[in-house]
Amino acid sequence: MITIKHLRYKSILEIEDLEIEERKVTCIIGESGSGKTTLLKMLNHLLSPDKGSILYRGDDLQDLDPVDLRRKVIMLPQTPVIFHGSVKDNLIKGLEMAEGELPDHSTLKNIMSSVNLQKALDDDAENLSGGEKQRVALARVLLMNPEVLLLDEPSSALDDETEDFIIRHVVEYVKKNHKTLIMITHGKDLAKKFGDRIIEIKGGKAYEWNH
Amino acid sequence: MNGIIDLGIYQVAFAYVFIIILIMILRAKGIPREKEVLISSIRMTLQLILVGYVLVYLFETMNPFLTVLVLIIMQTFAIYNIRQRTKNPLGKDLKRIVAVSMISGTLVSILFFLFVVVQISPWYDPQYVIPIAGMLIGNSMTGVSLGVSRLTDGMREQKSLVEGALMLGATPKKAAKEIVDQAFDAAILPTVNSMVGMGIVFLPGMMTGQILSGVSPITAIAYQIAIMLGILGSVSLTVILFVQLGYKSFFNDRDQLKTDES
Repeated sequence: MITIKHLRYKSILEIEDLEIEERKVTCIIGESGSGKTTLLKMLNHLLSPDKGSILYRGDDLQDLDPVDLRRKVIMLPQTPVIFHGSVKDNLIKGLEMAEGELPDHSTLKNIMSSVNLQKALDDDAENLSGGEKQRVALARVLLMNPEVLLLDEPSSALDDETEDFIIRHVVEYVKKNHKTLIMITHGKDLAKKFGDRIIEIKGGKAYEWNH
Repeated sequence: MNGIIDLGIYQVAFAYVFIIILIMILRAKGIPREKEVLISSIRMTLQLILVGYVLVYLFETMNPFLTVLVLIIMQTFAIYNIRQRTKNPLGKDLKRIVAVSMISGTLVSILFFLFVVVQISPWYDPQYVIPIAGMLIGNSMTGVSLGVSRLTDGMREQKSLVEGALMLGATPKKAAKEIVDQAFDAAILPTVNSMVGMGIVFLPGMMTGQILSGVSPITAIAYQIAIMLGILGSVSLTVILFVQLGYKSFFNDRDQLKTDES
């Protein structure tokens, strides 16, 4: 589904050949500063490679409409982005930005419980804790129903129990709806538990990690 | 109307008594700003005396080329001043956008104001063209300066918000909308605020000047209303042009945020 060929980006990334399969959970591990986030940003086309190419369903990202692509291949950054306004405003912001159809009340309630967020829809989003903000941002992305989810350490601000609950839910959602998930995880355990495949980024290069 | 009291050089010199008092206060309080106060007062005096003579010359010669030349000098100074005043160094694109929006925004406003509102004749009459163009260009300069600062600050400080919006599939226009709106508000607010207190809290400078020089208050007010609307129009037009063109300079043709802020 996603093919990377001879990719070079500054002195950060150097990936010769990498294929990411459709409908699979691919976990990316690696030390901080190894280029994991840069790789995700390239798949979301927030950055373009200096050399080489990234193909999405056979088409070079450079030839696709960038906004269209990002609506299909959505990225969730490690530090959650919270906009001014209520929890509800923040949940629907993604669909607003991508000019999608806005969800009804019960869809919003369902998505909140799926990320274990016990807050009222009109609570001020800026008063939420770090972990709650992370879950709002995750719920926002799930509501958008993209083909590919790029998650950058989606559970870094959560305790172990919540982390397990939420990642389990996201993986179930992905499997059930035939989506593709590419997720940077800060721990190998999480990757081993949920990943169909694990890729390690080390010094900008990609290695298969066998568990 | 009574006869106008002509201010002689000695009378003007008496106004400097205020500066002497101010300097004495600064000394007594140990505030080290005497030099700045003195230099800026003398500089202002010399600049205005010079401009006075230049204006007398321009009004007497009535030369269309000279009027146009003065407009070009004003505009060049205003654009240069905007670029100097912003604390973040401006990239090539933004510098060009400042010039384009100032020139096109003020030119449209000046032409409309002179030929549709005041209906001057001949078209280059410096007595009207120079002060009116000066007010429109000067106020637009302040507006665009504020807009430039707010836009560049916003794009730097809220970079993660803009990037986060792009990640979700927002167009650059949508991703930058909040910052663009804030920049427009910041730029237009001083002009709007100055209109609120006008006539009640203070009498505007142009009107005061006209009344002091013997013009009927009704005529002075008619001019003041027209010029305020002209200023509002010119500031809005230049600032809208600037922010609408300006935000685009932060994105490349692949709808990505440019990595270096040039």
